[in-house]
Formats: sequence, C-alpha cells, structure tokens
Amino acid sequence: MNALKVISDGLIKRNPTFVLILGMCPTLGTTSSAMTGMSMGLATMLVLICSNAAISLLKDFIPDKVRIPAFIVVIASFVTIVQMVMQAWFPALYAALGIFIPLIVVNCILLGRAEAFASKNPVGLSICDGIGIGLGFTLALTVIGAVRELLGTGAIFGLQIYSADFGALLFVLAPGAFIVLGLLIALFNRLIIRK
Amino acid sequence: MLAYLAIIFSAILVNNIVFAQFLGICPFIGVSRKLDSAFGMSMAVAFVMAVATAVTWLLQHYVLQPLGLVYIQTIVFILVIAVLVQMLEIVMKKSAPGLYAALGVFLPLITTNCAVLGVAIIVAQKDFDFLYSVVYAIATALGFALALILFAGIRSQLELVEVPRSMRGVPIALIVAGILAMAFMGFSGITIG
Repeated sequence: MNALKVISDGLIKRNPTFVLILGMCPTLGTTSSAMTGMSMGLATMLVLICSNAAISLLKDFIPDKVRIPAFIVVIASFVTIVQMVMQAWFPALYAALGIFIPLIVVNCILLGRAEAFASKNPVGLSICDGIGIGLGFTLALTVIGAVRELLGTGAIFGLQIYSADFGALLFVLAPGAFIVLGLLIALFNRLIIRK
Repeated sequence: MLAYLAIIFSAILVNNIVFAQFLGICPFIGVSRKLDSAFGMSMAVAFVMAVATAVTWLLQHYVLQPLGLVYIQTIVFILVIAVLVQMLEIVMKKSAPGLYAALGVFLPLITTNCAVLGVAIIVAQKDFDFLYSVVYAIATALGFALALILFAGIRSQLELVEVPRSMRGVPIALIVAGILAMAFMGFSGITIG
C-alpha cells in the first residue's frame, strides 16, 4: 500500500461523503455556497491530518481500553486550535460557519479514521490518509456548495453565471441541501461505482 | 410563561434541529429504518440532551467563566458528554433495567451525536439562563423525536416502493427528507410573544 494509493482511495473509492456517507451535518449545514463548503472542508482536513498524525504517533502509548476518549481529546484539542486561528484571522468565515467549527469534534469521519486507520498505521501513511480523506471531503463539499449556489443564485464562488432572477432560492435553503446531496450521491453511484 | 411556550414551539417546529439546523443527521439517517428503534433513539437523545445541557450550563457558568477557561469549552463539553453517557449507562443498568433494555443499544451512539454537543454550545453562545436552557434542550429533543419518528414512518413505506438502483437507500431517503424539510418551512416566520 503506497502513499499515492492511500490518497486516491480517500478521494474516490472511500470518499467520506459520497461512499461512506459520514459527516452529514456539516455537509448539509455549510454548503449554501461553494466558498463556505470549501472552507469547511479545508478546516476539517487540517484537523484530520493533525489528529491522524498525533494518534499514529501516540498509538503505542494509549491503552486499548481508553482509546476512544483519548482520540476524542486529541481531536478536540486540534479543533480548538483551528477554532482560535479562524477566529483570529478569518472572523467573517468563522461567523459564516458558526457552530459547525466546534462541531468538527463530533464529525464521525475523524473518529472513524483514527480508529480504522491512524491507530494501526505508521505516521507517514496516516498523514496521507488524512490528506486523501480530507481532500475527498473538501471536494464533495465544494461540489455540493457549487451546485446549490448555481441553482439558487446563478453564481459559483460569487461569479455570476446567469441572472440571480432565475435562481430557485429553495436550493440555498434547507430543503435544497437534502435534495442536492441525495441526487449527487445517486449520480456518484451511477457514474463511479456503477451500481 | 409565554417566553417558554415560544421557545418550545420554535424549537420543535420553526427551527427544527434536523430540518432547519442540520444537527443530528447521522442518527436521523442511520436509525430511521424501523419505527421502534427510531422511538428508542429519540427517547435516549431526549434524556441525554436534557442532562448534558444542565451539567454543561453549570460548568460553563460556575467553572469555566470564573476561571477564564472558556476557550477550552469544546474539549470540556465533549468530555462531559462522553462521561455522562457512560455514567447514565452504568446507573440505568443497575437501577432501571427495563429502561436500559429499551435504550441501552442507543446510548453509546449518542456521544458522537452532534445535536447533543450542538445544543450545549448554542445554549452557551446565546447565554440563556438555567431553566430556559433546560426547557430549550427538552424542546429541541422533542423536535428531533418528531423528525425521526415521522421519517421512520415514511421510510418503512419507502421500502415497498420500486426506486432506480442508484437511488436506493440513502439518496432517496435524503430526497424524502428534503421534501419533509420543505413542509417544515411552512412554519418559518411564525413567532409567539
């Protein structure tokens, strides 16, 4: 298993959003535009890379029985760091993502990767896994955000493609999140997994 | 009194935790296949959410704020919730075996239910007073229960429907949830008091 394969697996074969269906709350809650979706993905990726690396380094010192609480503390510490950095340097973004930044702690992707990958593999590979899964998550959130923004306001990343008058506001609001995600998972199933 | 009625109405229908705030989606999708497990899960969540909100409120106001430690809020809250869930499991096993048998399997799952941590953080951010916080937590949990049970009812019907292969399972469930969210949007804009 080489580094490149671990990264590409995270992007497509084990895409956390479209294949593993994990971390649904931020996926739905922060994708009202491509920009917010991408930022959420990047913030999660940063925490995931750090927590995977730390857990992989600590795996021999953490007793098996208390590993889950230990993982949660490691993840929560990195989330707090990201939270403070964003509050200091990107206050507008921090306000837009709101409660979903502290809630990275309970994103099942992080604990899932810690348990399934980082606690069994060396540091280098764990970081690669963090990059792969993180990129997969970021890609998914950006795509969902872009589709919702385009259908809802006629723009992608704020770049107007057609008049906002033709946008269906529904896609920016809550129901649009569920519907777009459902359709995109179905499309992913059809095109890539060929179910 | 009107303020409490307003928060209950708002938390259950207008700002429903699942359909308007996107919290607790994992159990919403995961355990909504059967009606009785949906019911068990929502009761367990209600229980933990009320207790966790009360405990984290006390910690926030009597420990973290006086000591100037609010910045480690996230770490403290998630640990408190994890410990609380463990303790509830042990206490219930001894003192209420009937309830334990009914809710037992759902309890460990609640630690990573973002709705519980979410409500604790919302309450801390909005600076609600103690009683208001607990009422808000219970009302939010009722909103979660309403969403989960409605959805489980629809999903058991959905099992019997022929859907295209790539839409089966989660995709069709999400689209149905979208339509439900649209129905809940009908409540938006309603305010009491």
